[in-house]
Amino acid sequence: MVEDEGFQRYVAHFILWVGIAIVAFPVYIAIVASTQDNALIANGQMSLLPGGHFFEVYYQTIFVGTSGSTREPVYNMMLNSLVMALLIAVGKIAISIISAYGIVYFRFPFRMPIFWIIFITLMLPVEVRIYPTYKIVADLHMLDSYAGLSLPLIASATATLLFRQFFMTVPDELLEASRIDGAGPLRFFWDTLLPLSRTNMAALFVILFILGWNQYLWPLLITTRDDMQTIQVGIRKMITTTDALTEWPVVMATAVLAMLPPVFVVVAMQKLFVRGLVETEK
Amino acid sequence: MQKQAIFQSKLLPYALVAPQLAIVLIFFYWPALQAVIQSFLLQDAFGLSSNFVWLDNYVELFRDPAYFEAIVRTFFFSFAIAVSSLSFALLLAVMADKPLRGSMLYRTLLIWPYAVAPPVVGVLWIFMLHPSLGVLARYLRAVGIDWNPLLDGNQAAALIILAAAWKQISYNFLFFLAGLQAIPKSVFEAAAIDGARPMRRFWTVTFPLLSPTIFFLLVVNIVYAFFDTFGIIDTMTRGGPGTSTVTLVYKVYSDGLLGGNLGSSAAQSVILMVMVIVLTGIQFRFVERKVTY
Repeated sequence: MVEDEGFQRYVAHFILWVGIAIVAFPVYIAIVASTQDNALIANGQMSLLPGGHFFEVYYQTIFVGTSGSTREPVYNMMLNSLVMALLIAVGKIAISIISAYGIVYFRFPFRMPIFWIIFITLMLPVEVRIYPTYKIVADLHMLDSYAGLSLPLIASATATLLFRQFFMTVPDELLEASRIDGAGPLRFFWDTLLPLSRTNMAALFVILFILGWNQYLWPLLITTRDDMQTIQVGIRKMITTTDALTEWPVVMATAVLAMLPPVFVVVAMQKLFVRGLVETEK
Repeated sequence: MQKQAIFQSKLLPYALVAPQLAIVLIFFYWPALQAVIQSFLLQDAFGLSSNFVWLDNYVELFRDPAYFEAIVRTFFFSFAIAVSSLSFALLLAVMADKPLRGSMLYRTLLIWPYAVAPPVVGVLWIFMLHPSLGVLARYLRAVGIDWNPLLDGNQAAALIILAAAWKQISYNFLFFLAGLQAIPKSVFEAAAIDGARPMRRFWTVTFPLLSPTIFFLLVVNIVYAFFDTFGIIDTMTRGGPGTSTVTLVYKVYSDGLLGGNLGSSAAQSVILMVMVIVLTGIQFRFVERKVTY
C-alpha cells in the first residue's frame, strides 16, 4: 500500500514476538521449575534458567508421584485421561454419525422430534446438571469407572449437526448408484458414506480428543479412588493448602505432562484442528 | 431441507438413533428434569421427606445477597475476560494478517494454548504469582505493590481474569485471523488510495467488516467465562479468599458439595440452564446472519 511498508512490517514482527513471549512465558516457567530443587523454589529463590534435576523430577513424577498424601504415579493418571479422552472422542463420533445417518437417509415417525431432542442437549452442559447426573451415575454403580467418566458426556448435538450438514451435501446419485449395484442401507453407509466422511471425522476427533483430555469438573466429582483419577484432577490434589508441603517441581512436571498430548495434537495436526474448530462452531 | 433419495426401512432408523437417544435421555434430560422438580421442593434436614413449596427456593435465592453478588461477579468476570482477551487477540491477528515472512510459524506459536486445560492454566498462573514464591510476585513487590491474592479478594479476582483471558487469546486470535482473511484486500487498497492512514483504515474499514466475528466471539467468550473458568478458579483460589472469586457455576458446585440445601442447589442449576438457553439462542440467531455478511 501507500505507506512505508518496511517499517510497519518491523512493528508487526515485534508485536507478534511480544505476543508469543506473553503466551509462552507461563509454560516456560513451568518447564524451568520442573527441573529445579523444591527447597530453592519454596524459599522464593527460583532461578529463571533450567536447573539440573530434570531426570530426577520427571522420574519421580511419572513413576512415584508426590511424597505426600496423594501418592499416585502420574503415568497412571495419564492412562486414565487417555482412556477417557479416547472413549469420549470415539464414542461421540460413533453415536453421532449413525444417528445423523438415520435422520438424513430415512423417513420415519418422530424423525424431527428426535432430531430436536438431540439438538437441545446443546443447552444442557454438564455444569448445569452436575448433582442430578452424579446421582444417576451413582445409582447405576458407575462411580470410579471409565463408563461413568465418559458415558454422561458422550452425546453430541454439535457432531450430529455437523454430520447431518455433511450428509445433506452428498449427491443423491451416489445412493442411487449403490442401490443399482444392489447395496443395502448398511453397505451404503459402510462403503460409501464412511470413507467420504473421513476428513470430517478426523477434524472432529482432534477437537473432541482435546475436549475429553481436558475434562475437569465431571471427573472431579465422580472419581473418589486415587487410582481412577485423571491428570487434571490429580494435579489439583497435589497443591496442598499448606503451601510448605506442596512439591512444586513435581506439580510443574505434572502440568507439563498434562499439556503435552493436547498441545502436540494441535501443533502436529494443525490443519485438521483449525478445520474442526471452525466447523464445530458453525 | 430433506433428501430426495432415501432408504425404506421400518426398524433400522430407530436402531441408528437409539444409542444417542438413550444417552441423551438418561444422562441429559432425566437429570435436568430432576433439577427442575427438585427446585420446587423443600427437603427436611434428614432428607426423609420433601414438600412442594412453589417458587420458595427461587425467592430465597434472589433474597440471598451472596447469590446476587455471585451473579454480578460472574458478569463482571465475563466482561473483563472477554474485553481483555479479545482486544489483545485482535491486535495480534491484525499484525499476523499482514504479508509477513513466517506468518504460519506465528500462527502455530500463538494457537497452542487452546489445548491447555483450565486447571493447568490455574496451576501455571498461581505458581508465577504466588505471594511467597512466585517469580512475578517478586517484581510486583519490588515496585511496591502489596501483592497477596490469597488474602486480598480484588487481587484474587484480577488473577482469575488474567489467567482466564490468557487461555482464551489463542481461540480469539484464530477466529479473528480467519475473519480478517475473509475481507477482500481491495477494500483496504481503495481506502488507502483515498488517503486513509492505517489507524483510520482500521476503525472505518476493518473494524466494521469484522463486527460479525467480534459479536460471535463475544458470545463464545461469555459462555467460556461462565463455565470453563471453573477449573481455573478451583485450582487457583477455590472461590476464596472469602467468596471473592465464587462464580455461579462454582457456587452450584460448592453449595452442593457441602450437601446442604438440595432445593437451592437445584434452583441455581435451573437458573443457569435458562442463561445457557438465552446465550445459545443469541449465538444461533447470529450464526444465520454471519453467512451473509
